[in-house]
Amino acid sequence: MNLIWASILIPVVTAAVIAVANARAARSLAAVGSLASLGALAAFAWQFPAWSTGAVHPEPCGCAWLSSINATLGVGFDSVSLMLALLEAFLIPICVIGSWTAISERQREYYGWFMLLHASILLAFAARDVLLFYVGYEFTLVPLLFIIAIWGGPERRQAAHKLFLYTFLGSLFFLGSILFVGWQHHASTGLWSWDMGTLSTFASARLPANTQYWLFAALLAGFAVKVPLFPVHTWLPLAHNQAPTAGSVILAGTLLKLGTYGIFRLALPMAPEGGAALAVLASVLCTVAVVYAALICWVQTDAKKLVAYSSVSHLGICMLGLFALNPVGAQGSVLYMINHGLSTGALFLLIGMAYERYHVKDMDQIGGLAKRMPVWAFFMVFFTMSSIGLPGLNGFVGEYLCLFGAYIATGDASTGYPGLLGPGFALVAGTGLILGAMYMLLLVGRYVFGPLREPRDDAHAKHGHDGAHAHDGGHDGGHGDLTGREVGLLVPLALVCLFIGVYPKPMLQAIGPVVERTLAPYPAAVERTLKSQPQAAEAVQADSKEDDRG
Amino acid sequence: MVDMSQTVALLAPEIVLFVASMLVAVLGLSRSTGIRSLVPWVCVAALVGSILALDAVWTPERIQGARLLFPMLGKYGKALIALIGIGLVAVSAGSIDRRYEEAVARGRASFDALRVVRGEYYAFLLLSLTGAMLVMSAPDLIWLFLGLELVSLPTYIMVAVARTGRRSMEAAMKYFFLGALATAVTLYGFAMLYGATGTMQLIAMRDVLAEQAAGPGLSTTALLGTILTVLGLCFKLAAVPMHFYAPDVYEGAPLPVTAFLSFTPKIAGFSALITVLGAVGWSGHAMVDHDGVRIAYEGLPQPVTAVLWMVAALTMVLGNIGGILQTSLKRTLAYSSIANSGYMLVGVIVGPKGGIGAMYLFMLGYGVMTIATFGVLAALERKGEEVDSFESLAGLRAAHPGLAFLLTVSALSLLGVPPLFGALAKIVLVFVAFEGGQASLAAVLLLNTAIGAVYYLRFVGAAVVNPQNAKSQEVVAIPHWWPKTAAIVAGLGLIVLPAFLSRLVDASATTVDGYVDLGEAVASETER
Repeated sequence: MNLIWASILIPVVTAAVIAVANARAARSLAAVGSLASLGALAAFAWQFPAWSTGAVHPEPCGCAWLSSINATLGVGFDSVSLMLALLEAFLIPICVIGSWTAISERQREYYGWFMLLHASILLAFAARDVLLFYVGYEFTLVPLLFIIAIWGGPERRQAAHKLFLYTFLGSLFFLGSILFVGWQHHASTGLWSWDMGTLSTFASARLPANTQYWLFAALLAGFAVKVPLFPVHTWLPLAHNQAPTAGSVILAGTLLKLGTYGIFRLALPMAPEGGAALAVLASVLCTVAVVYAALICWVQTDAKKLVAYSSVSHLGICMLGLFALNPVGAQGSVLYMINHGLSTGALFLLIGMAYERYHVKDMDQIGGLAKRMPVWAFFMVFFTMSSIGLPGLNGFVGEYLCLFGAYIATGDASTGYPGLLGPGFALVAGTGLILGAMYMLLLVGRYVFGPLREPRDDAHAKHGHDGAHAHDGGHDGGHGDLTGREVGLLVPLALVCLFIGVYPKPMLQAIGPVVERTLAPYPAAVERTLKSQPQAAEAVQADSKEDDRG
Repeated sequence: MVDMSQTVALLAPEIVLFVASMLVAVLGLSRSTGIRSLVPWVCVAALVGSILALDAVWTPERIQGARLLFPMLGKYGKALIALIGIGLVAVSAGSIDRRYEEAVARGRASFDALRVVRGEYYAFLLLSLTGAMLVMSAPDLIWLFLGLELVSLPTYIMVAVARTGRRSMEAAMKYFFLGALATAVTLYGFAMLYGATGTMQLIAMRDVLAEQAAGPGLSTTALLGTILTVLGLCFKLAAVPMHFYAPDVYEGAPLPVTAFLSFTPKIAGFSALITVLGAVGWSGHAMVDHDGVRIAYEGLPQPVTAVLWMVAALTMVLGNIGGILQTSLKRTLAYSSIANSGYMLVGVIVGPKGGIGAMYLFMLGYGVMTIATFGVLAALERKGEEVDSFESLAGLRAAHPGLAFLLTVSALSLLGVPPLFGALAKIVLVFVAFEGGQASLAAVLLLNTAIGAVYYLRFVGAAVVNPQNAKSQEVVAIPHWWPKTAAIVAGLGLIVLPAFLSRLVDASATTVDGYVDLGEAVASETER
């Protein structure tokens, strides 16, 4: 417990220190603070007793913060949330150290906001009290707003505005839903509780099917904006493209995962009837996102935008695995959350490094950089392979499990987990993978290999003195390969990717029990949904027969 | 027999303020600069004194004797008025009469008792606060009406007195005539309520109306009277349909007066509203007779609920949409004030079971946010004029990082970002709306929060994100520490208060203590 709070509060204290410290010391302070936070969380993970049980540790505390409705400061992890929190704590030092040369203006504010962003994301993953989760989830918007709006690209203000308003509106749906569930819990039991476990048990068992349907719809509407799912995804490519490199890394790495985590942690367990009833609709949206975003990627010439749209496509697959409603798919989905954070984060980092040198992202103007930067090219190819799911690297396992989960999610109950999707969904989403391989290889082919194209010096100079955006860091003129610092950032990422790809078993074992707990009410709920559907179909047939007779 | 001296003793906080207002009116005319600069201090001392007096005189026996409908309303409410009042004084100090005082100090003008307005300004400010306090301890409609008038009349003058400009005059005229119209509507409503019940006493009125409701049903006169009263009070709340004056008057009035207008009439209006509604409905309509307990209806009469529902929803929606369309800071804040009234009306509709407590909790948050926002704006000026456009605020962080931070905090709090106090108070409101069966209003409230985000973000964007421009480079801090201090205290309050949320929720819930409770009425009846 204390280590959890330490990992959350260290960044807050760091931010406060940065606010009053010397501007030049800001980046070092941030690096120290983020590493200390990682250390605290790693120490907690080291002695975490529930890796294989799926239980929450530590137990929910009675530390009421708003006693009249028993809202608490309860924090705790199970293996899934701990992995996501570790991913966050792991990525933050990389983001901070990765920004050392990229950010030259208003450094104190930049690193201060970054530390607050870190604290609020960790709080969201650690919270066991839904209101506390809401606080963390919502507060992430403020630092992110500033990071994009101040240090972003030329359209940064519009991007930040759009991001804020979309996700703020979404999270109000989520807030309304959890207040509703808490109130229902009090109305029927006479007790107040905001503990995630208690509320999930209560809502799934006691709320009528119709209420669960709307509850799931509202929660899905709330979290879908953050994920983002197909019709509400439009803020993401813009935000990604305009954000400074580190902002994109953390956005892809863990912020989007707050949405998937929210669905996994709150929407699915709270409203199984709704989940079963809406799984097909949600999966259709996911599948559309997979293919549609992949096609958009294909025609992108801007490298960063391409990776941004690929995020939409990838998260579609991730969500599809979740809506397969069987442990295989859900396991794959959770693993995919982590993998996507690693490989897409790394790709943004690499594109940012190239951008620092050339100030151009458009592949019509720049390409064949392998000739200039062989080390950079190696990492670029490595993480591209990881992203498109080359067997042996991390992407493959999660992707495969997601699709396999969807494939076997048929009405057949022999597996113990009947589903509503089936091979059709897997096949359509599978084309997304093929498209994914095509556009990512296109990116590598033009951007990394192929004939060397560098922006002419005058164009470079013009961009360099564009002035408004803060990307023009100290690297001006240097077109050399990666520095030791940059390689040092990429190597740990690459090692983790390789490790997960070769030996995913311990992670899958840790995810397994949590997933099974989450999905426990689903076989029955899906059975009911399946039963109601044929009846409806028969009823329609009967009607039409009667019509024929008439 | 009601002991008169006890009732008078209960008014000690008001008496303190009244005496102080006479005192500052005289002190402000003094030839000595030192004495004149004491005036804000006297005001603050009087407000602190009234809080202390409140604590001392508010004993159960005295309250019993006063025969109030909401006997405990005054304890929390008057303390809140005095507390926010201190902030409002601080926001005003430094702006009022500053040009003139500077001219006198430099010897460019000789002191002229006819030109100085400081004394009057603070005297009226204190009188208006006195009125707001009086509203909270009104046992009958006449008292209530006089209290409301005492709130409004000084503000008509304050709008005009503190600045000599055409816009200020126009705003004052508009405010006065529309205010008089609204007062007439309220008074008409009061008259009808009297006609329907034959009494001015609120407690007696509640009993008569309860009898009507249990028997033949409420008379049309009573219903019409209630609805007219509600509509008339909407002027004080700056709620639809009486909200039209707000943007113009807020813009035309001097900045500290705008701050004053967005809080004091509002809290007085809300207190008057719940006092009247408490007599017409909620648990007032539990009749205990020989058959046991009969309830004509729960909550408010259906038509009144419908009117309030419409008023609340429209106020939220029109306030927020209006806010998006503005370019002037003060007009934006006027629409923000309208929207916030809409949020608070949700609490009023829910009623004494949590709703009114949540409303007063939100009122506290709203008051603190008002002080923080206006404190920052009052601490700045451009070419000797108030800062009144987002353009002038651009890049505030470069020149005044502290003020930019405070403005950001208060805007985010108004916007509803947790864990700032404004957001938590709003969550409590949404929550009681669910609990009180007003789920649809809760949904409207949440959606409006999202709409409001659009214009609150402009404050944040201007202060922290945008670079400085030619206009904003001329913005300087005024050489007075009062407004800045108010902003610092209020801004930090928004960050710190959430830690005490539990206690504040309990404290604000005490406002309805002692109001007829159905459960208690049944219990006492069975005992007998």
